Amino acid sequence: MIALAAHYSHQYNSALMNVALASQKFYFPHKHLLGIKGLTSADITGLLDLADAEADYNRRVTQKRDVLRGRTQINLFFESSTRTQSSFELAGKRLGADVMNMAVKSSSIEKGETLLDTAVTLNAMRPDILIVRHNAAGAVELLAKKVDCAVVNAGDGEHEHPTQALLDALTIRRHKGRIEGLTVAICGDVVHSRVARSNILLLNTLGAHVRLAAPSTLLPPASDRLGVEVFTKLEDALAGADIIMMLRLQRERMTTSLVPSTREYFHFFGLDNDKLKKAKPDALVMHPGPINRGIEISSAVADHPRSVIREQVEMGVAVRMAVLQVLAPHLRNA
Amino acid sequence: MIAAAKASSTTGRTVLTNARLLCPLTGRDETGGVVIEGKVIADLGGHIVGSDDPEAEIIDCGGHLLIPGLIDMQVSTGEPGEEHRETLATASRAAAAGGVTTIICMPDTKPAIDDVSLVDFIERRARDTAIVHVHPMAAMTKGLAGKEMTEIGLLRQAGALAFTDAKRSVANAQLMRNILSYARDFDALIVHFTEDPNLADTGVMNEGEVSSNLGLPGIPAEAETIMLDRDLRLAALTGGRYHAASISCAASLEAIREARHAGLKVTCGVSINHLTLNENDVGSYRTYFKLKPPLRIESDRRAMVEGVRRGDIDVIVSAHDPQDADVKRRPFAEAADGALGVETLLPAALQLYHNGAVALLPLLAAMTSRPAQLLGLPAGRLAVGAPADLCLVDLGIPWRVDAQWLGSKSKNSPFDETVMQGRALKTFVAGRCVYSYSDHPVRA
Repeated sequence: MIALAAHYSHQYNSALMNVALASQKFYFPHKHLLGIKGLTSADITGLLDLADAEADYNRRVTQKRDVLRGRTQINLFFESSTRTQSSFELAGKRLGADVMNMAVKSSSIEKGETLLDTAVTLNAMRPDILIVRHNAAGAVELLAKKVDCAVVNAGDGEHEHPTQALLDALTIRRHKGRIEGLTVAICGDVVHSRVARSNILLLNTLGAHVRLAAPSTLLPPASDRLGVEVFTKLEDALAGADIIMMLRLQRERMTTSLVPSTREYFHFFGLDNDKLKKAKPDALVMHPGPINRGIEISSAVADHPRSVIREQVEMGVAVRMAVLQVLAPHLRNA
Repeated sequence: MIAAAKASSTTGRTVLTNARLLCPLTGRDETGGVVIEGKVIADLGGHIVGSDDPEAEIIDCGGHLLIPGLIDMQVSTGEPGEEHRETLATASRAAAAGGVTTIICMPDTKPAIDDVSLVDFIERRARDTAIVHVHPMAAMTKGLAGKEMTEIGLLRQAGALAFTDAKRSVANAQLMRNILSYARDFDALIVHFTEDPNLADTGVMNEGEVSSNLGLPGIPAEAETIMLDRDLRLAALTGGRYHAASISCAASLEAIREARHAGLKVTCGVSINHLTLNENDVGSYRTYFKLKPPLRIESDRRAMVEGVRRGDIDVIVSAHDPQDADVKRRPFAEAADGALGVETLLPAALQLYHNGAVALLPLLAAMTSRPAQLLGLPAGRLAVGAPADLCLVDLGIPWRVDAQWLGSKSKNSPFDETVMQGRALKTFVAGRCVYSYSDHPVRA
């Protein structure tokens, strides 16, 4: 019994030591995390190293730490979210922060005004960290200019979702041991996807070959200028791919007819077992969630042994713990 | 009426001799013959004067013109939904009698051809009832309503040759952009009727002096050119394959020329009516001349002919649109649009040849090789291995059109009682003779 306790205690200590080591070695030079844009390859790698250690730590113990003890973290979500919000909440709590969730119903009429008013109000409460999701691109950056605390972008419109790109990279790295040189196919509703934009930036920075696959109506304009290879046939993009990232068809963001039907979309752009065969035999299947079975991905593929969709969620907590930690030295009175 | 099994011998070999072979694709123009084996052309040229095969059926063409069967890119029928106007069977009989071996049917049926099951239906009915090749174009918007695009990818796989809303224009520029962009991924051709519905409004004929005198609301030519200009810019923006279904005025032709000059791969068609008739034919409210687009002024007609002569207009269509008498025998404004055309397409086009306006090769190319290329069909040419879809033409024979004798169920021909010069003598579809004029001649 005692031996067992000692054994666990040893494991705990070594996992924590890895975390401590990774965080000591690395200085993150930014006050906020607003996007992948502006981060260097060293910034990203440092974050991934730390998150990697956190992932191991999370698997072994569930004990709270005190990195953020006494700090207040507010999750300000103008757009509904389940996994991202709970992931940030869990990350903050595991690091000892006091976490408060504010679900703000965004009114489309007074969006801009409401946002700045809310920022000023919140700022008066002197929080330390704000986690913000907003349906308008650039809204998080705008808010960051009006408050004194650290701001983390949890998704702004169709712009960026940096922690998702980081957790995707962490998942890939833990399976493949590297990012550089891998061929990553990002497939589906690219034009509406902040996940795709952040991933393109991150993967390009770390030297992966990025491909986009979507019908022309779901590709961002001038997508060939984003440093990616563009395909309008899914099979072509999958040929020889190491990683397949499927994106959710975001019909709620479509104001006009961009794809004729989910039947046709699944026929040409849904990932099923036949199309999966085009990729490398050890290719990973990823999806930022929530998944629409039978629209962009078949159930068989979503639950396939090569699908790492659930692991992505696990890595999400680790990445967000890493992000909160590296911002800690910049907090007020740190 | 149909000489179906007549020309096929037991070996399935037919030899056509003593013909003037004219191929609009290659420019071949020589006296010779064609050997048909099964469904394809096995041999052709000046060396073919007969056959060693005692089983082969030999047909002496009497020196007449032998051309690839015509491809008519715009044929409306009433099947499904309005079979009293026209069925695929009756349309195909009219086509065969006119030397047309392939008809492309429009999706403006009831229900509209906007779903894979309806494409299957057309193909099955055509296979079982039609005597010429029938290929459907599918709707580009669901129910032709101009709101949501159809399943262009699945419809294309099912066999839809191109996408069109028939005689309706997609007014929403955003939707048109999406359709062109999406269709490009499947290399699908978008065939658009260009008429701004707001500008056309309640108009029923060309806007001008004639419409003013008749007291009828007019449709300005600008309704066409504004829509066409928009489309050409969207084609440039998206890189989609675009074909203006049926232009009618000089300004539209000029817009097409300029777009091509700028490097755009856009194409256009014109109906036989707009090459041979003008707004004056409306006369005193003759509803058989109520068409979409409306017949324009004489200078527009001449510009259309010039466009065919220069090759700026790719395709001549019949715009075959059978209408029952009860929707035509009405006050002009209330009458239905449309005219018969598939059976009179070739003779009406030959008017342009006989009056010296257009040479035979460019005229026939617009009804054979060019639509074939546009739609990706193997027909429309005289070549070894090509489908044996052929038309034997007597260029000189005079005959009078009598709507009662036309193959269509409806009788709304604008050429009724017109004396024509030249017509199809025999029509072969996939090696089979499906029409022979000698079986039921019509006198002038």
